[in-house]
Amino acid sequence: MLRDSARHRQTCGVNVHVLSLAVALSMQHGQPRVLVWGGDAEGGAPFVEADPADPSRVRGFDVEVADRIARGLGGGRTARFVQVQWSNIDQSVERGDFTLGLSGVEDTQARRGRHAVTLPYFEFREVLAVRPDDQNRIHDLADLRGRRVATLGATIAYDLLIAARDSTGMIPVSFDDDVHPYADLVAGRVDAVLLDHIIAQRALRRMGGRGFVILSQPVAVGHYVGVLARADSVLRDSIDAVLREAMRDGSLEQIYRRWSVWDDSEGGLFERILRTGAGAAGAAGTPARGSTPPAQVVAYLPSLARAAGVTLLVSMLSMTLAVFVGLALASGRLYGSTPLRILTTAYIELIRGTPLLLQLFVIYYGLSGVVRLPALLAAVLALGLNYGAYEAEIYRGALEAVSRTQLEAARTLGFSEAQTLRLVRGPQALRYALAPMTNDFVALLKDSSLVSVITVVELTKQTAIYATNVGSWVVPGALCAIVYLAMSLPLARLARRLERRWGGRAA
Amino acid sequence: MSALLVIDRLRVRYDSRDVLRALSLEVARGEIVSLMGPSGAGKTTALRAVAALQAFDDGQIVVDGFGLTPGPVPPESRLRALRRRVGLVFQAHALFEHLTALDNVTLALRHVLGQSRADADAVATKLLSELDVGSRAAAWPRQLSGGEAQRVAIARALAPDPALLLMDEPTAALDPARRGALGATLRRLCEQGRGLLVATHDAEFAREFSDRAVQLTA
Repeated sequence: MLRDSARHRQTCGVNVHVLSLAVALSMQHGQPRVLVWGGDAEGGAPFVEADPADPSRVRGFDVEVADRIARGLGGGRTARFVQVQWSNIDQSVERGDFTLGLSGVEDTQARRGRHAVTLPYFEFREVLAVRPDDQNRIHDLADLRGRRVATLGATIAYDLLIAARDSTGMIPVSFDDDVHPYADLVAGRVDAVLLDHIIAQRALRRMGGRGFVILSQPVAVGHYVGVLARADSVLRDSIDAVLREAMRDGSLEQIYRRWSVWDDSEGGLFERILRTGAGAAGAAGTPARGSTPPAQVVAYLPSLARAAGVTLLVSMLSMTLAVFVGLALASGRLYGSTPLRILTTAYIELIRGTPLLLQLFVIYYGLSGVVRLPALLAAVLALGLNYGAYEAEIYRGALEAVSRTQLEAARTLGFSEAQTLRLVRGPQALRYALAPMTNDFVALLKDSSLVSVITVVELTKQTAIYATNVGSWVVPGALCAIVYLAMSLPLARLARRLERRWGGRAA
Repeated sequence: MSALLVIDRLRVRYDSRDVLRALSLEVARGEIVSLMGPSGAGKTTALRAVAALQAFDDGQIVVDGFGLTPGPVPPESRLRALRRRVGLVFQAHALFEHLTALDNVTLALRHVLGQSRADADAVATKLLSELDVGSRAAAWPRQLSGGEAQRVAIARALAPDPALLLMDEPTAALDPARRGALGATLRRLCEQGRGLLVATHDAEFAREFSDRAVQLTA
């Protein structure tokens, strides 16, 4: 009796919320009866994945949770999916790209502080995966001193690894997706992966149950939540009510069982939530570092400086490689035999005609069956081989800019072709090439941000991590821009000076 | 006395057109020979064939015992003896722009003849002084006047001490006073035992300073 009246009160509450929600949704999206939700289908099953039967549709337990929420909000409402990159869910929901973010979104203090967050609807365990050889040696994070441990960037797991780096001296490696950490574990590039247990189990299934083992002892426990814009707290309360209803009537359990992610811990979570009427275990993780903006800036300066150092190192090594590759290609094109000329031309056109991002993936992941390059080396190789093609064209143009009569004068004086190149043609070509080379280096400095896709944490990546942590791009973006400008502006000035000095003069 | 340079029925074709049909001439040591003719008559082509910068189709060229035959220009490795015998001063001078006047002259001395920097500098300084541009030794090519650049180019061609000096239109950019000075310089060079073949369309210069003139028709 008592329970019935409580439920009755709650249902009334839901209806009131639904009314205000209907108005809000129809005003915001011009389409009533639709709950627009955002997730990342790249994250894949069991969260959200493209439906193999109809790739224009998505499926997964988060998809069904979203459908259940839409249905529970009433009014014949349906859920409509919007694709968003996982790490941008928070930013996009504040921007209004969609109303509800739902795709393995973790419950953290920082997120609760900045957005309207639903109650936890799923409990996950952070588990370690290691190669079979290591399973008797590695039992928890403390056993990974000095070893490389991979995870997804901007997650609770990443924060755990950062904390462990400071206490145990292990090396965290941050990925942009949750597939490649396991591939790199099997390939021997990393020694362990720390991620959510359902991600680990999925990866193990994908590899046919071989290649690595999942340690049974969890490192931590966390929860998935839905995230809404801060201003949408009323709608959030409605969704919480729907989630409680779905826990109570067994529909959520059915969804989890359908996707094989149901176990006793979910039952425990449901029971705690229904008993207390609030979030069970509370949010994990640490609050955003530093309470005030100046304190945040100071806290992040060392990591930004380190990332800027990585950017500079990658750029300088890549440019050095590009210069040698460019010289070899240009010589081949100008002095080589016909087959060599065709070969060098083909290389240059292939490199210039395909995206650098693709080349990075091919070198890092595509070649990993043949040679397992460390990320930094792969980054330098990809950038150097790519820019080498552009340098080659600069050198060719510069060599051709040296007048023919000077080359003939050198011949009449008895210089060999090699001497002419070394003593007459090369030194002058270098002067023509210096300004465009400096410009290319500035471009390379910025293109080096692409290497974050293969786990190199350089300036742009570090800024993205920083921005995710503080929940805004304003200060991190400005800081990042200042550092890039501090590196590129002097170079651009140098290029202009060189151009004035050497570039304008006729040969 | 045997001729330093013998050109015998030289024929050069460009695109099935005869640029030179049957040029024959000789240059002896101590002699200045002018190769006369209007623009397009093949003067420059003849000099380039003698310097083995371009192929010819028929005839023969012999420089101090070194023979060139019709067909493609031989590789540089087989032209070393010729390179030591023949110097060429281009109409546009073609100085190496990244080197000072002095280094333009020393480059071949050091890297072809293997002289030390000090020896090469001494030879070059002397040459530049004799040609009246000793004060411009440290100047860059872009800082030189036309006449100065020409004399630096002559010094560069003379540095390896070739027996035969070829010059392409040396008076093209000179005023009358400079032209007289150049003539005197050339006369002095051939008195040292060299032979000079000078392509020019300047009839007055040819009459005044050369021993003989060979006329080409367009």
